[in-house]
Amino acid sequence: MKRFKHDILIALTLLFSPLVTAEVYQSPEAFLEQTFNTDVPEPKVLWISGAVRTRAEQILQHRPDTLRTRYWQQGNRTAWILEEIGKERPITVGIVINDKSIETIKVLVFRESRGWEVKYPFFTNQFKQAELNADLELNKSIDGITGATLSVRALTKLSRLALYFHQHVTRTP
Amino acid sequence: MKHTTPLALLTAGLLATTPALAADEELRQEIDTLKQENRTIMERLNATSEMIDRQQSSAGLGPLSIGGYGELHYNNLDNQLAGGDDKEMMDFHRFVLFFGYEYTDDIRFFSELEVEHAYSGESKPGAVELEQAYVEFDLNDRNSAKGGLFLLPVGILNETHEPPTFYGVERNPVEKNIIPTTWWTSGAELTGRFGQGFSYNLGVHEGLKVDPSGSMAVRGGRQKSAKADASDLATTARLKYTGIPGLELAATVQHQSDMSQDASDDLGSANLIEAHAIYNTGAFGLRALYATWDLDGTAPAANGADEQTGWYIEPSYKLTNKFGVFARHNVWDNQAGSSTNTEYSQTDVGFNYWPHEDVVIKVDLQDQDVPAGSSEYDGFNVGIGYQF
Repeated sequence: MKRFKHDILIALTLLFSPLVTAEVYQSPEAFLEQTFNTDVPEPKVLWISGAVRTRAEQILQHRPDTLRTRYWQQGNRTAWILEEIGKERPITVGIVINDKSIETIKVLVFRESRGWEVKYPFFTNQFKQAELNADLELNKSIDGITGATLSVRALTKLSRLALYFHQHVTRTP
Repeated sequence: MKHTTPLALLTAGLLATTPALAADEELRQEIDTLKQENRTIMERLNATSEMIDRQQSSAGLGPLSIGGYGELHYNNLDNQLAGGDDKEMMDFHRFVLFFGYEYTDDIRFFSELEVEHAYSGESKPGAVELEQAYVEFDLNDRNSAKGGLFLLPVGILNETHEPPTFYGVERNPVEKNIIPTTWWTSGAELTGRFGQGFSYNLGVHEGLKVDPSGSMAVRGGRQKSAKADASDLATTARLKYTGIPGLELAATVQHQSDMSQDASDDLGSANLIEAHAIYNTGAFGLRALYATWDLDGTAPAANGADEQTGWYIEPSYKLTNKFGVFARHNVWDNQAGSSTNTEYSQTDVGFNYWPHEDVVIKVDLQDQDVPAGSSEYDGFNVGIGYQF
């Protein structure tokens, strides 16, 4: 019994230890500078309306909660910073599309208490070179993470959304 | 004959071109005006859009989050025991609501309130249960601590059991009878992660309270944090690896300092060891779990409850994103220390259909093999479940 009381005291002491801030792995600005070698183009705006809105809703499985999104374009290469809720809080993701396929996908800000594995390259590397098929699905299988289903789902949806947006703004089929 | 002078010609020409020049000038002014108006409209449109986006992003509940899940089951099971009652039942098994509140980026509250079997009250089949209610603190970017009432980190289904996330209408009998899920306790727990894909849990919490004069099956010992006897606490530790996409390997050990919360009887301490593996690659999935209890004391040794063990293996295959099939073989024994045959087994086959990623319709067949003289339920189950 004394041993367990001691364990509780240790746990309670840790409970009230100094706290630090949430996890920002990379700021959107730093992500863009890294993507474009500090020569970041002026942002453009894609209005999410009409057919674009319909497709976005089909991908997200819910109505998009924004009327437009900014993107950065250099030739046939576009960068997108998008957000989607995992279980409770939004996950901010940076995605670079190069000539119809995913070049980079990176979790910039993660606010959930579970599903943190999605930030690691062992997971995000699966998306590299993925393209969108006619059904607006990725053309390759993404293996999920048990217990992080909602975070995995959020990243997969955002990757499809970025690919679709890229198709739309670059007029590529 | 009258001669036209160059000056007259120039004057005439100028007079002739004046209306055209004026028209051009007027057109340019009109275009400039339209451009300015267009810039103004775009500025106002962008401002309106920004305001709507801000309103939409804050139109939610701010730091408050609400979610839930539920499942309706239809069981059509024939009891193979002579004279035994069949199970032909329609049951809204679970209706659950989550409420969470984020005080800061580092301090949050989470709760889960459940109504089981739809109708609760004296002599009614249902129950109202508080299954989670804890405050969690981030200690740093890799470690957190929680205090309150929480689900124990053991097995596959105990922490993640929303209906769309698993195969089979009913939760598997091994985790139900051996772990025993759904298992919540009150206490404190540290959680954290290290390396690329490792995580740990370490908790101190209320223990089980098993009646030494009964069967001593662990499921009956859950105190559910309802004025729980805390004379003798328990500790739980889990190590989990999820560093490869699709793979989860986890092991939990738990020590119960006294299974009856009473040092004067013949039931003493106990240890639980549980390990499982999950692997999903492409359309193929595999789950396998093993759990075993070791109970000290002469009372559990007398009826074989000193060892309580179970395992299952579950391959599955998703034919499409919306349709998957599975098979599962379960074996469990709450009196595995007995010299007589007390082992139960159950084989399930069936499918899940997800019309939406958060909605599932399930059908499965089950076939049991049970010890002599026990109820043996064979038949089929149908369920519909959801989460949001």
